[in-house]
Order: sequence, then C-alpha cells, then structure tokens
Amino acid sequence: MPSNDAAPGPDPAPRGAPTGAPGPGPTRGTSRRTFLFGGLAFGSTAFLAACTSNSVGGDTTTAGTTAGPTTSAGTASGTGAVTSSSAAVTDNPGGKMVKIGFSAPAADHGWMASITDQARKFADSMTDIEANFVEGTNDVNQQISQVETLINAGVDAIVLLPFDGAQMTEVARKAMDAGIEVVNVDRVFSSPFSYRTYIGGDNYGMGVSAGTFIGQQLKDNGVTDPVIAEIQGIASLPLTVDRSKGFADALNTFGFSVTNQVSAEFTADSGEEVTANLLQAAPRIDAIWNHDDDQGVGVLAAIETAGRSEFFMVGGAGSANVMRAIKDDNTVLKATVIYPSTQAASGVELARLLVLEKGMSDLEELEVPKSITLFSAVVTKENVDSYLPSAFES
Amino acid sequence: MSTSPPVVAEEPRGIGTELPVPPTGPRRRSSFLSGPAGRHLGLVAALVALCVIGMITAADRFGTGSNIRTILTLAVVIGVLSVGMTFVIIGGGIDLSVGSLVALASVWSTTVATQTMSGQGWWAIAMVALIVGTVCGLVNGIFVAYGPIVPFIMTLATMAAAKGLAEVISAKKTQVIRESSFKDFFNGSVIGIPVQVIVFAVVGVIGWIVLNRTTFGRRTYAIGGNPEAARLAGINVKTHTVALYALMGLCCGIAAILISARTNSGSSNLGIGYELDAIAAVVIGGTLLTGGRGTIVGTVIGVLIFTTLNNVFTLNNLDTSTQAVAKGAIIVIAVLLQQRLARTELRA
Repeated sequence: MPSNDAAPGPDPAPRGAPTGAPGPGPTRGTSRRTFLFGGLAFGSTAFLAACTSNSVGGDTTTAGTTAGPTTSAGTASGTGAVTSSSAAVTDNPGGKMVKIGFSAPAADHGWMASITDQARKFADSMTDIEANFVEGTNDVNQQISQVETLINAGVDAIVLLPFDGAQMTEVARKAMDAGIEVVNVDRVFSSPFSYRTYIGGDNYGMGVSAGTFIGQQLKDNGVTDPVIAEIQGIASLPLTVDRSKGFADALNTFGFSVTNQVSAEFTADSGEEVTANLLQAAPRIDAIWNHDDDQGVGVLAAIETAGRSEFFMVGGAGSANVMRAIKDDNTVLKATVIYPSTQAASGVELARLLVLEKGMSDLEELEVPKSITLFSAVVTKENVDSYLPSAFES
Repeated sequence: MSTSPPVVAEEPRGIGTELPVPPTGPRRRSSFLSGPAGRHLGLVAALVALCVIGMITAADRFGTGSNIRTILTLAVVIGVLSVGMTFVIIGGGIDLSVGSLVALASVWSTTVATQTMSGQGWWAIAMVALIVGTVCGLVNGIFVAYGPIVPFIMTLATMAAAKGLAEVISAKKTQVIRESSFKDFFNGSVIGIPVQVIVFAVVGVIGWIVLNRTTFGRRTYAIGGNPEAARLAGINVKTHTVALYALMGLCCGIAAILISARTNSGSSNLGIGYELDAIAAVVIGGTLLTGGRGTIVGTVIGVLIFTTLNNVFTLNNLDTSTQAVAKGAIIVIAVLLQQRLARTELRA
C-alpha cells in the first residue's frame, strides 16, 4: 500500500470496462430505435449504457443481455440518446465550434488510460468540437491550476474526472460561476453547485450485479449453504466498500452470504498472493467474485497453480484478457461485471450537448439530465462477443 | 589486503555499542548454530508462536503439506529481495527502488519475450530480467559511490524513473506470458519442492556464504560499520558499494522472474511497495539500519514471519483492517522480544 499508484484512494480502483466502442452496436431489448452513423458514435457507448440503465436499471439478471453498451465492431447503431452525437454535423447546422476542456488523473493503468483515449477519440471524431486536453495528473494542486487555465482560456465546457472529488469541488464551482458548463465524471464533487451534469459508474451496482449473478447460478444449480469467496481491491477505498456492500446485499436476497473475504491491491502480484492463501483457507469453494480484472491475472495464476476448479469465478471491470478467457471458456472464469471506461467520452458528448443547448433526443426532457449513473452489466459467454470489441487491454 | 579482515571484524562492534541493542556483533568464526541461532532466539520464538497459533486456530489446514508449500512459495519473492537488501543495508546503504526495478525487469523481460524474442524459450525471459535488474542496480551504485548522491535520494529517483520506464515499455498494459516453458519451469517442482523455493534457498545459501565466508562479506560489514576506517584499511569503498547495489539489482531480476512466473504476467504495477516489505523483513531480522551488523538467517526468519502471519490471518478469515493492526503489533513485539533476549544473552 505504500505504492505510488495503488495508495491514492480512488485512483486505481475502477479499472476496466469496455472501452468506448468503435460504435455502439445493436442493442436488444426495450424500445430503442437505431440510427446508423458509422464510426462517428465513438465513445458514446457509455452514454448508451447510461440511458439504458436509467430505463431498465435494476433488472440485474438480464443486464448482460439487454442493457449496457452492446457493441459490435464497425456498425454503430445507437439507442435514442446517441442520435445527436452520431448526427453531429447535421445536428449543428449553425456550425458553432464547441470549445471543450478535459482534465483527468494520470493515465497510469489500463482503465484510466482508456478513459482519456476514448474521450480523445470521440472529440477527434466530432467536427464541431475544439478539444483542449490537459496533461493527466495525480497531483490535486496541479489539476486545480489546470482547470484555472482552462477557465482563463475561455472554454465553453470542462469535462473533469477529478483525482479527488472533494478537493476539486471548489475550482469546479469557480468554473460554473464563470459560466462554463462542468461535466463531472465518475468521482463525484461534494457540492451540486459545482457541476451541471454528473456521469459515472456504479460501484454498489457492480456488487449487486456480481452478487445477483452468483446467487442465481448457485440457486439454479441447487447449491445449499455455498462457500462464496470475495477478493476485494484495496479494502480501505470507499468504492471497495460500496462494491462489497452491493455484493453482500444481493447475495442476501438468495439467503447467501460471503464466507471468505480477502483484499488485494489491484495488482496481479497482490491478487496472486491473497488467492494462494485464500485457496488454503477454503478447501471447498463454490463461487468467487474478484473485484478487479487486473489483479485477476494473478488470481487466475494462483488458481491454476493450486489446480483448483470446483468453483466458478466472476471478474470485475471487464478487461479484454478476461473477456477472452470467458469466451474460450476453459478456465473457472465464467463472467465479469463491467465498469465502463467510456464514461469520459460520454462526458465530452454531454458537454457538447449542453453548450449547443440540446437535450437527449429520445427522452421527453428538454435538458440534459443532472445525473447519469452507468450500469454494470454482466458479461458471460453468451454475450461476450458484443462486449469484447470495446474491452480494453489491461 | 590480507590483513584487513581482522581489522574489519572489529568495526561493527564499535558501531553496535552506540545503539540500544547490545553489541553481540557478527562473530563470524562461530558455528552456524551457536552464533546466529542464539541471537535470533526471539525471532525463532515469534515464528514458532505464530505456527502454534496457526495449528490451534486452523488445525485441519495449517499443518498440511500444501499449506506449508504455499507459505514457502509466498515467501520467495520478498525473500530474494530481502537477501539483497541485507547486503545493501549492512553496507550502510538503502535501496528504495527495488519494487520499481522488479516492475521494470518483469515488464521488459515479458515484453521482449512476448514480442521480439517470442519462441526463444524461458531462458530469454530470464536473461533479460537479470540483465535489466543488474544494470539498474549498477546505475544506482555508480551514482551513490561516485556521484556521490545519498542512497536514499538516488534510489528514490530510480524508484520513480524505473516505474515510469516500465509504464512506457508496457504502455500500461499487463503482458500475459504465452511462453509456456517459462511458467512451467519456474512453477514446477523437484521431488515435491517448488522450483521457486529452491531458487530462494539457493539465493539464501549463496548470500550466507558470501556474507560470512568471503572477503567480500567481511568488507561489506567493514564499510557499513565505518566507511572511513574501511578505506584506510585498504578497501576500495567505491567499487564495493557499486557491487553491493549491482547485487541488489541482480536480486531484483531474480525476483522479477519468479513473480512473472507466479502471476503469469509482467506489469508496471508488479512489486510496488516491496521495498518496504523487504526493509521491514531485514530490520526484523536484526540488521541495523545504520549498517555494519546483520545476518542472512535473521532476514530469512523475518520474511517467514511475515508470510506466515498473512497465511494464518487468511486461514482465520480475518478482515484486512484487523490484519493490518495485528501485523503492526506483531512487528513491534518481535523486535522487542529480540532485543530483550539479546540483552539477557549479553549479561549472561
């Protein structure tokens, strides 16, 4: 834990998730119209997830198949909200250039690298966006001065994934007061006056999705009194606490509870170490939920070394490695719960909509919503093909 | 030069008297058991106590062969690093960059193995890791000795730089090793003993021999005890310092190989924070942070205490926060116990 990037609270946590797909794919379920606009819809994937989750949210068991940023390479058919983004140019006949500033923490691991990559790709794909990406930093002071620079540069909107939400609240308020639309991504500010719109992942929901999937599987297989193990990321982080709470709550609805709980540090070596001990502690296990797919590389290595296979395992975040393993179906890994890394790209699109004073066209609302919480879909062998193209390499 | 060892042997004791720990000094002529074992009674007691707690609280699982193999295997990576760290600290230095060097060596070797040298076999991965580790250690040593930059600052700089370089090389991606001969070799076992444990044992024994039975070892104590006296005694302090850090780098390379095989991957996140674990194990093992005194045996027991602790905690399903508190307490108790015993031994 004295590490560089494992220690800072929220930073290494939310890894993985399908990266902003090169175009959202055919989304099944719910009344969704589709619009085809080639690669333009880049990054709006999470946006889809957001809208979808708002409408079908809560139905976790079907999440994997009906909700979420279902993508398939090349094609881009969006659910309603995406319309505007896909139709960028036609939607903006006046040709107003939208100046968007972007600031996020340092891209020091796969998920965070993907956050910025996706946002940049989306911004590049839009002809009416003039993007100003500042260098990612894990130094709150530096991030504050970057935002001040963006304010002085007179951007129309700032998309901000704060290293620490509470510490960036003040400067975000300053931007709002200067008439700049602030889109808050993932780590929430402590004041609603500091942002126009929030978009972010759902850690509690991630736990719920994992718990519901595992509970359902065990129940379907008629397992009574199951041994359920949980491998957390950094235990002290609020997001870890949320994930575990959601997991426990969901299991509880089946009358199950977590039997063994260990925590690693979001790295492969820490995952390997705690798992080696965990497998000694529990001679028989029925299911494992591992919070993070990066540490999952080590978790799987430990399981392989121990030669254990009497259980099934669910991952977290959704890296490409893990999705390939799910697809190959020759390990204990049977599913993963995604935590989208496309959200910042969606944040850029939200900022654009705000500046152009547009709403989200499939909604009846005239305005962009105040808050959008993404959905943690469960990726299994059945739907992995939809998610794999948008998964990021850890 | 041949006269230097006797002079040298006295130096560590001089330093020892200035510290609360009684100067039991490294009596290198003593036998393996009567010397170190006596001094490490406290440590051994702590380890035995831990094992007893394990036997009582998890009777059905703690003593099993597979659990003992697990404990030993988990001790390997920190163990190899700690052996190297023992040399550096006895020599009066410190190395904060080992975690990052492990990351760099693992990333570099796995990248090379999965890309440019794919299909060359396990030795290609291993060689790259060893070379990267040693070269980085050399850089540390050269700047510390000839810079001169204080070891703390120099290795702090390397810690940052190596982590950054590892991120650049890996593009922050986890390199999963597909070269199956590599993981098969290093994850295999010989007559029931995991290869990893054998590697650790070999490193430990070589470390012990070098430190206790060679001129190099005696000079290490001398330099850590009093560099000026060592210089006057005709020891080339600068080259020796470089060698110590290079040795540490080599250990980082070995650790990188082992950790890559265990996790089946290389990543810029591997090994982060290991420098503190290694330093803690070395200090628990009775080595003075000021240099001049310490033993490999103590270090190895220190590492085993750490690993056994984690294992016993996990077997009893303790949550992480409780583990952290207990871990801190036990570290203090182990060191106190060790000092108390050392003091009584002195009076006796």
